[in-house]
Amino acid sequence: MTTNYIGKPTNRVDGYAKVTGGAKYAGEHNVPGLTYGVVVSSDIARGRISRIDASEALKLNGVLEVFTHENRPSLPWFDRNYQDQDQPPGSPFRPLYDNEIQFSQQPIALVVAETFELARYAASLVKVQYVREPHGTDLRAIQGQAYAPSKGKPSWKKPRPRGNAAQGMEQSIFKIEGRYDHAAEHHNPLEMHASTVVYEPSGKLTVYDKTQGVPNSQKYISRIFGLSKAQATVHAPFIGGAFGSGLRPQYQLFLAVMAALQLKRSVRVTLTRQQMFSFGHRPATIQRFELGADAEGKLQAVVHEAIQETSQFEDYTENVVNWSGTVYQCDNVEPTYKLVKLDTYTPLDMRAPGGATAMAAYEVAIDELAYAAGIDPLEFRLINYTERDPMQDLPYSSKELRACYRQAAERFGWSNRRPEPRSMRDGNELIGWGMATGIWEAEQKPAMAKAVLTADGKLTVSSATEDIGTGTYTIMTQIAAETLGLPLENVTFELGDSSMPEAPLQGGSWTAATVGSAVKSACLEVQKRLFEYAGSMPDSPLAKADADGVVFADGRIHLKHYPTIGVTIQDVLRHSGVDRIEEEVTTLPDMLRQKKYARFTHSAVFVEVKVDEDLGTVHVTRVVTAVAGGRILNPKTARSQVLGGVVWGIGMALEEESVLDHQFGRFINHDLAEYHVAVNLDVPPIDVIFVEENDTVVNPLGVKGLGEIGVVGTPAAIANAVFHATGKRLRDLPITLDKVM
Amino acid sequence: MSNQSATITEAPKTAQLPRTSIVTLTVNGEQRSLRIAPWTTLLDALREYLDLTGTKKGCDHGQCGACTVLVDGKRINACLALAVMVDDREITTIEGLTKEGSATPDGLHPMQAAFIEHDAFQCGYCTPGQICSAVGLLKEGHAHSREDIQELMSGNICRCGAYPNIVDAIEDVKNHQPDRA
Ligand code: FES
Ligand code: FES
Repeated sequence: MTTNYIGKPTNRVDGYAKVTGGAKYAGEHNVPGLTYGVVVSSDIARGRISRIDASEALKLNGVLEVFTHENRPSLPWFDRNYQDQDQPPGSPFRPLYDNEIQFSQQPIALVVAETFELARYAASLVKVQYVREPHGTDLRAIQGQAYAPSKGKPSWKKPRPRGNAAQGMEQSIFKIEGRYDHAAEHHNPLEMHASTVVYEPSGKLTVYDKTQGVPNSQKYISRIFGLSKAQATVHAPFIGGAFGSGLRPQYQLFLAVMAALQLKRSVRVTLTRQQMFSFGHRPATIQRFELGADAEGKLQAVVHEAIQETSQFEDYTENVVNWSGTVYQCDNVEPTYKLVKLDTYTPLDMRAPGGATAMAAYEVAIDELAYAAGIDPLEFRLINYTERDPMQDLPYSSKELRACYRQAAERFGWSNRRPEPRSMRDGNELIGWGMATGIWEAEQKPAMAKAVLTADGKLTVSSATEDIGTGTYTIMTQIAAETLGLPLENVTFELGDSSMPEAPLQGGSWTAATVGSAVKSACLEVQKRLFEYAGSMPDSPLAKADADGVVFADGRIHLKHYPTIGVTIQDVLRHSGVDRIEEEVTTLPDMLRQKKYARFTHSAVFVEVKVDEDLGTVHVTRVVTAVAGGRILNPKTARSQVLGGVVWGIGMALEEESVLDHQFGRFINHDLAEYHVAVNLDVPPIDVIFVEENDTVVNPLGVKGLGEIGVVGTPAAIANAVFHATGKRLRDLPITLDKVM
Repeated sequence: MSNQSATITEAPKTAQLPRTSIVTLTVNGEQRSLRIAPWTTLLDALREYLDLTGTKKGCDHGQCGACTVLVDGKRINACLALAVMVDDREITTIEGLTKEGSATPDGLHPMQAAFIEHDAFQCGYCTPGQICSAVGLLKEGHAHSREDIQELMSGNICRCGAYPNIVDAIEDVKNHQPDRA
């Protein structure tokens, strides 16, 4: 059938807008009379502002106002007003609240002027005097202050020990122990955070914000500025990447809305690349493992400790130590999770938060144990394979990880690997082959969607979700078109508008499952109505058919067993006498069924690196990854999701590191020349295999989500390949050449 | 830990602001006049004054390539050029490529069409810069292999990691372009 789109490689429906420059991002909605806000950032990490003087800036013609803690409007200041949907326990940051400095680059003033050039210059004229207080930003130095958090974010699961790890270690024949560190990382989406607030003559605000959830931003400004849903709408039709940075409303939104309301003018605030290092980040983490295995290589004990940084004002928590008790069969597990408060901004979920951190270390430790036991690393993982989730003691809704291992290993040629380190080379380059397992949650959340079919046969489906590059526009269009049997061109999916039916934050790899289920369900409601109308048409060939006996395809409703007998949807609409069919639904996950199963996406990653023996430079030359992610809605965009994740894994393993200069308490490499991300030449051919996986539990579509799985196993696979190449076990990420030498 | 002390951030003295002036730019074959301060970058002139927001700002420091445009056919970072420096040149932005380009039904430049076909983007924010850069690259004629393309496109960061598809798209266009002597 020509209207079967699910599972077919389909070009992005928003592709034309993106390749022609027509797609408008948050900082690109130009309106007459727009003014520009430039943020002044704190030079110190902790202390107080004793004096702030904007008089020189205000003298310039065209400078409208300089907002500071001294002249900001009076606002509600309760913590609850500043809540958001991704908030850790604690007291959220309130921009311009008072003179206290809590982190370096804290926004301390907003200069608003008629042009960007003027605002930027005027910002340089604001004089600030501080009283410094001692700051602590060195996680390693003050890890002694670590404490176990009593509560965490809603998604946080308190680590649960099982069995007796000390005894397990004692019984083990093969043992390893080690410490694994990784640096803080910043999301650095290519589009910098921006908000354009359009001040309508009526006083209504139309806000374009860089966010992973328009409802989140809308509620945030409503609570703070007392704006109803109608007084301020938030829009984000295009987002230039986010990777987690848009999960919480960032301070440019607050500042732009505040300035627009005060000045009764339209205001845009765009952060600089430097300021992109002034809010959330993946927290630096110190991990320690003790692992033991018996003579056959069976895991007997897993001791996993993690210490992560958080801010002074919030307890940001990730599920880190939980993963080591989840991936393989082991009866004795002892997880410990602790936080250290630093004078930095609160960390923030960044692509596969916790999972990428844990697996980057754990899968290296597992490799070490495999070597200690003299067992091939892939074989070792198969020995410890589990058919039941050991953490929750539940069966899996589906788990085709074995197929991932097999197919990826075969494609990679793993059986040709010589196990001894430094045993493979190409001239001056040492060759290393490494592998690792990846795992991520397959979740579904509640969501709403609306479908509107009009008399011209065009369908518009909407939900206040996002497309941060994930392909949401495209896969939702495919789902809607196939469900109603309409050609793709007749279907439009709309998102990123707070007046649309609500959807959760776009994150956690749950959007395809969550919004996809809502879209499908809304379209099924439209189907029902169409079927009713079809049956009551004069001389309807479907008058006696029942709903299960018909199919919606190719723009028609026809009998399942007699495809030639049917009616066109256009005719049904014409005869129905209605000019539109509109259905809005709320879809909830089937919790009763889902909670009986453990639901995960899995992957296997195989990597080849070449290491220059003299220079210590590491190049990833080949990656094969197989993913078991349930049903694949669109192999084209799905592959891109995984490619992106693998590229992030390369960055995490070899390049990305936000360096804190403890003298100033500031991330010192705060630009794209000094903070290295993978560039084109760093990325080799990446072979992505989707193994077949049928899952009837995760959600009605059987999809598991792919946004995060690509990054999870990759860093460890690279680190393991570097060991195989060089014989040097590197436990600190990123693996830069100074560490290799 | 730092010592307790008072610091003063000294701001520079207020300079007499240079006057704005009228600059005429030739963008996508059209002459456009705008009144700007002399230190306005080409990038801000395009985005904020001419509403040509297809050219993106990813760093404002010549470090990401998002702002790549063609000036007299050569790719440059628009954030590193002042608008007044290019008032006598032909500027082509992503919005102008469609006009310049050849015959796909929807008027897309072959590079734009190839980017869609190869899914050479995700969020799309680096995309106009990648496409302009790729068009400039093929004109330069130095890319003879896949690795050459990768090297010569490494000034254009794609944080979404679409690199393998970007290279596929460029190779595709390169292999189909008429041989130039
Ligand atoms: S904005 Fe010009 S290179 Fe980044
Ligand atoms: S497509 Fe998002 S940065 Fe390249």
